Amino acid sequence: MLDVAIAYNRYGFLGNEFLTWLWYTLENHSAQLAEIDADLSALEIGNRMVLENRRNEGLETITIKGDDAGLEEGLLALKKGALVTEMNLLYRSGDNTWQFNLKGESLNISSLKTPETAGTETKEDIEGAVLEKIFLYEKVILFVEGAFRHFVGLRISENWDKKIIIQMKKWINKTS
Amino acid sequence: MGLLSQSVSITRYRVQGQLEEPVLDTIVLALNRHAVLDIDNDAAEKSCGWTSFENPFAPDFEGSNHLFGSYLVFSLRVDKKSIPAKILKKHFTIEETKRLAASGRRFFSRNEKKLVKEEVLHRLSLRIPATPHIYDLIWNYEGGKLWFFSNLKAANEELETLFSESFNLSLIRMFPYTAAEMDADLSDSDRDRLNQISPVILTGQT
Repeated sequence: MLDVAIAYNRYGFLGNEFLTWLWYTLENHSAQLAEIDADLSALEIGNRMVLENRRNEGLETITIKGDDAGLEEGLLALKKGALVTEMNLLYRSGDNTWQFNLKGESLNISSLKTPETAGTETKEDIEGAVLEKIFLYEKVILFVEGAFRHFVGLRISENWDKKIIIQMKKWINKTS
Repeated sequence: MGLLSQSVSITRYRVQGQLEEPVLDTIVLALNRHAVLDIDNDAAEKSCGWTSFENPFAPDFEGSNHLFGSYLVFSLRVDKKSIPAKILKKHFTIEETKRLAASGRRFFSRNEKKLVKEEVLHRLSLRIPATPHIYDLIWNYEGGKLWFFSNLKAANEELETLFSESFNLSLIRMFPYTAAEMDADLSDSDRDRLNQISPVILTGQT
């Protein structure tokens, strides 16, 4: 395995490609995501997306914010060569919704809000509350891990260059 | 950030290595040995160590306080004293003026000033309480996984250092490369392909 610090910088793009692929997949092949995670009812883009274009020796950052924000600017940025570097996601399972930010470079999860849990009034409640929270956090973490594992499998497969990139380019050019 | 908060940030780790049996006793021993020390009545400017999840200001790892089902739950506490620059300057100036008057001199050398400043800093450190920063963690020992409830770089670095010192185990942060390398069930040839990939270009027509 490569030195961790070198690997972090050298393969940061892999996480950004993952988020870009995730957006493409949830727009075009959402059934694939349900195959990765049987508990998933729906995955949606939430209220924030950040894209970065590092080409031409400069850095252009595009941030799209707002509950009903259109993602046309994001698609335009993809067309110009940007990748998604951070996105807010809504993970739905049954009647429950989890909302969180996922960062490409680190795969860190932030601002994670789980479905509401019962309050803790007594010391005995705390153990139950902790175990319930662990269960709820695990849902999102397992999804992220499963989706990333699936993406890596695709990324190093022959299909990536022969099929998936072509389809992603078609999506980007068709919709913007 | 507490794991029971409304909104949390999580950094994922893999833990590699085995602890000496009985594992729980080894963990308690390490937690006690590296428990956070209170520095409110001490001149130290920083203290970093483990504390209890339920009672972070009175670390207690005896019994099963840190066991929740099959998970270990405890916290990293970093206490820091920050003395505002203006307060330091005020007390330094007062002390310097007093000493100059007592010695009958008009000014001090750079080294003398440095000594006065250190003394003032020491005295203020004894009077100023430390600000505690508490970060919870969940450790699934059997699964070799750890979730740390902060994405802050400094907090994660403190965790990695203290964890390694306390348990002598490898704590590997899961970011794209490590997640692909360790978590994607890759064969040797897959790993070779992974190490050769370069950034995708999505511009242009198909």
